[in-house]
Amino acid sequence: MTDISAIAKSAEVVAPTDAPPRSPAAAFMRRSLRHSGLMIGGIMLLVIVVLALAAPLIAPHDPYAQDLARRMRPPVWHLKGSWDHILGTDKLGRDYLSRLLYGARISLMIGTLTVLISGTIGTLLGVCAGYFGGKIDAVLSYVVTTRLALPVVLVALASAAIVGSSLNGVIVVLGLLLWDRFAVVTRSATQQIAQSDYVAAARAIGCSTPRILFSEILPNILNALIVVATLEMAHAILLEAALSFLGLGVQPPLPSWGLMIAEGKQYMFFSAWVIGIPATALVLLVLAINLVGDGLRDVTAPENRN
Amino acid sequence: MLSFALQRLVVAISVAITVSVVAFLLLHLSGDLAMTIAGPEASAAQVEVIRHQFGLDRSMPVQYFDWLWRALHFDFGTSFYFRDSVVSLVAARIPVTLTLGAISLLISLIVAVPLGVLAAVYSGTWIDRLALSFSVIGQAVPTFCLGLGLIIVFSVNLRWLPVSGNATWQSYILPSVALGWYAIPAVMRLSRNGMLEVLSADYIRTARAKGLAPGMVIFKHALRNAIIPVVALAAVQFGFMLGGSIVVEAVFSMQGLGHLAWEAIARNDFPVVQAVVLILALLYVMLTFLADVANAFLDPRIRLA
Amino acid sequence: MALLEVDDLVVDIATPNGTLHAVRKISFSVERGETLAIVGESGSGKSLTSLALMDLLPRRAVRSAARLRFDGIDLLGIREPQMRKLRGNRMAMIFQEPMTSLNPAYTIGNQLIEALRCHEAVSEAAARDRALQLLDKVGITNAASRLRQYPHQLSGGLRQRVMIAMALMCSPDLIIADEPTTALDVTIQAQILRLLADLKSEFGMAMILISHDLGVVARVADKVAVLYAGDVVESGAARPVFKAPLHPYTRGLLSCIPIPGRTAPGAPLGAIPGQLPNLIGPQHGCAFRARCAFAMAECEAEIPLVHPEPQHDVRCIRLPALEAMA
Repeated sequence: MTDISAIAKSAEVVAPTDAPPRSPAAAFMRRSLRHSGLMIGGIMLLVIVVLALAAPLIAPHDPYAQDLARRMRPPVWHLKGSWDHILGTDKLGRDYLSRLLYGARISLMIGTLTVLISGTIGTLLGVCAGYFGGKIDAVLSYVVTTRLALPVVLVALASAAIVGSSLNGVIVVLGLLLWDRFAVVTRSATQQIAQSDYVAAARAIGCSTPRILFSEILPNILNALIVVATLEMAHAILLEAALSFLGLGVQPPLPSWGLMIAEGKQYMFFSAWVIGIPATALVLLVLAINLVGDGLRDVTAPENRN
Repeated sequence: MLSFALQRLVVAISVAITVSVVAFLLLHLSGDLAMTIAGPEASAAQVEVIRHQFGLDRSMPVQYFDWLWRALHFDFGTSFYFRDSVVSLVAARIPVTLTLGAISLLISLIVAVPLGVLAAVYSGTWIDRLALSFSVIGQAVPTFCLGLGLIIVFSVNLRWLPVSGNATWQSYILPSVALGWYAIPAVMRLSRNGMLEVLSADYIRTARAKGLAPGMVIFKHALRNAIIPVVALAAVQFGFMLGGSIVVEAVFSMQGLGHLAWEAIARNDFPVVQAVVLILALLYVMLTFLADVANAFLDPRIRLA
Repeated sequence: MALLEVDDLVVDIATPNGTLHAVRKISFSVERGETLAIVGESGSGKSLTSLALMDLLPRRAVRSAARLRFDGIDLLGIREPQMRKLRGNRMAMIFQEPMTSLNPAYTIGNQLIEALRCHEAVSEAAARDRALQLLDKVGITNAASRLRQYPHQLSGGLRQRVMIAMALMCSPDLIIADEPTTALDVTIQAQILRLLADLKSEFGMAMILISHDLGVVARVADKVAVLYAGDVVESGAARPVFKAPLHPYTRGLLSCIPIPGRTAPGAPLGAIPGQLPNLIGPQHGCAFRARCAFAMAECEAEIPLVHPEPQHDVRCIRLPALEAMA
């Protein structure tokens, strides 16, 4: 099976080694501000998060309110558009802008919760494998390989169908499936830290294992962990969009962007904006998250940058 | 090398067995399978009949081994929905998915590897930055959005290529681009990083000191070493593409394995779903095994150890 | 006309903290068939000098010189394609690390043959014959089967012999050997040096032998240039320099080496205290003055080159004082 270490290398995330002599927080801030990708992505993400959180306040209409008399209105930049519905309406007359804003909430919620679940599972497995090594490591390696062999989309679809496709269902299914990269990365990061002097010192003075894991290992793999978390968040959001697009993710009338695209598919030949708008939103959100993730990786471990 | 390959084979087989267990258990997630098959309207008696008919009253290990035994004889049962043997359904559709996967992989390699090599050779310049930006943006576009976008541009507006189906070879172009797209950033980055590492090696300095032309240095000496991990990654990506083809086949209405699985899932057609999950997983296991072997073969230090 | 003429060679390296003046206006020449030894500790700039001659410097390093001529060809003026015709063909290089200097993915034979065929239009068979011939010359037995082997199947000493054979494939006029024995066992070191000496007398090529080890070069060198912190502090014919070293640094180097039969057992070995100076930013005066027992205030000014005897140059103003103490 393809070596775990090879997968970890392709994940390109390595724990930082020694802290620089000046205040690490100050050095970190300095590097962050200079990293254009991180700044751009960070601002984009901030804007989207703010818009999503403020959706109930700024959405011009109720995202679920149907008005069949006003269905399929084009956005304001078209001839027949109006400022009443800036981004037009969908096939049931619901305001697109409002649905877009509420859709952002769904995407972000799914991204965050999924990552919390998968991150916890993966980190637990990875840290144990990296710290204890030996048989535990071999078992984890085996489990990860098995998990990677399963076609994710298919299994997610099947599970969602069986468990019942809904928002919570999607979160649980994705959370239980997407832990592999967390495990791989935290394992290699833990291995590096476990060999360091201060861990040996902690052991020598008789620190208990759980204590070592929590106070020595965990804080030092946090950097790598956060980078993986952002990238997996983007992954989860994309998967949910695909699942909803295929009809087995979030169910109508919830305004998931993937679902909006599916619902608009039949009109795409004449009204491309119906799928163009949520698609653009998806791309922007995922791009922002990826930029932040890549930027964090560059900034926390600049020696890994080529 | 032989012992290495055998070792890997043993691992591959054991993973395959584990995967089959998972694929089998997948369907029993919903609790009582008999009730799900019978439907919400069925009476308790009808549910019992179905339970017995599908052998669901036997113990789990028995069910599993029975299913596995039949699967090894290429008997996956009959599809609930299509009323046809699962094997014939799968056999009819697998060529489409394999072709789609192969062309997608080809496209992604043809784009990603040269891009990665260029980025490495000109690292730090605008070429490098452009390649990296391209990869970051490319990763943000979901496959199904790209597919739909390609349809709008190339099928509807330009009318160059068919909208859907898998009748002619042209109908594979857009779906392959959509499917191959997602692998490009990963392959490009690996090629680039591999090349960068190799280009700073001592033997490259020796090659230059011999007076070899830059083309020879890059392609004969550097790439030959840098490409080894890329081959392994390509095999793995092929596996992912086979699994991810479900989305592309749905968007382009192609009659492949993924589309079959999608229909089957929507209709609770369990035999089909089990078979497809198992087959795709086994294909992936085989591909990673081949990737490991290729990896070892391409490096004389392992091949002749 | 000498085979290689180097005048005021400079190598500057751009660093985040400023320009590092690694090689500061050094001059030397090599006649046909002659062996020049460039000696210095690590950081003295000797490897960079050799890379500068071949124009193989890393990206951030920049070379310049008043004159850099090889067999009458102006190396500073020619373009890269012409330089490629010289590399490996008329000027060949042997590097320090035999373990990593050969491509692990190709056979020895492939790499040897390639060295010849990229410069001369010969058939594969003819190139193979030459490779066999040279492998034999460098003392590798079973040459035919070695051709089919991969680098990882050979020991360090054997690999270095292959590197030497590879350098000889095109019968170059000049071989630059950058610490060819440093990474090898002591017993192998002696063998390789003897091999180089034998090849030199057989093929008559000129050689620049770079080392930090005076004992290594003493046997083979016709001329010596002692490099310290990017500057030539003493140079000349090998015999006068070794017999009567004049510069405090050279003396220090020679007294560091125990000589069997001459150094009394238990006698203290001379050691040169201190480290290389910081070469970033403008430099002036003698670079060695911080470690020199004889340094004076005048040593901070520009030090001229003096010629105490024919074929012996020293860059020091304290020679009379040193003589008096001898």
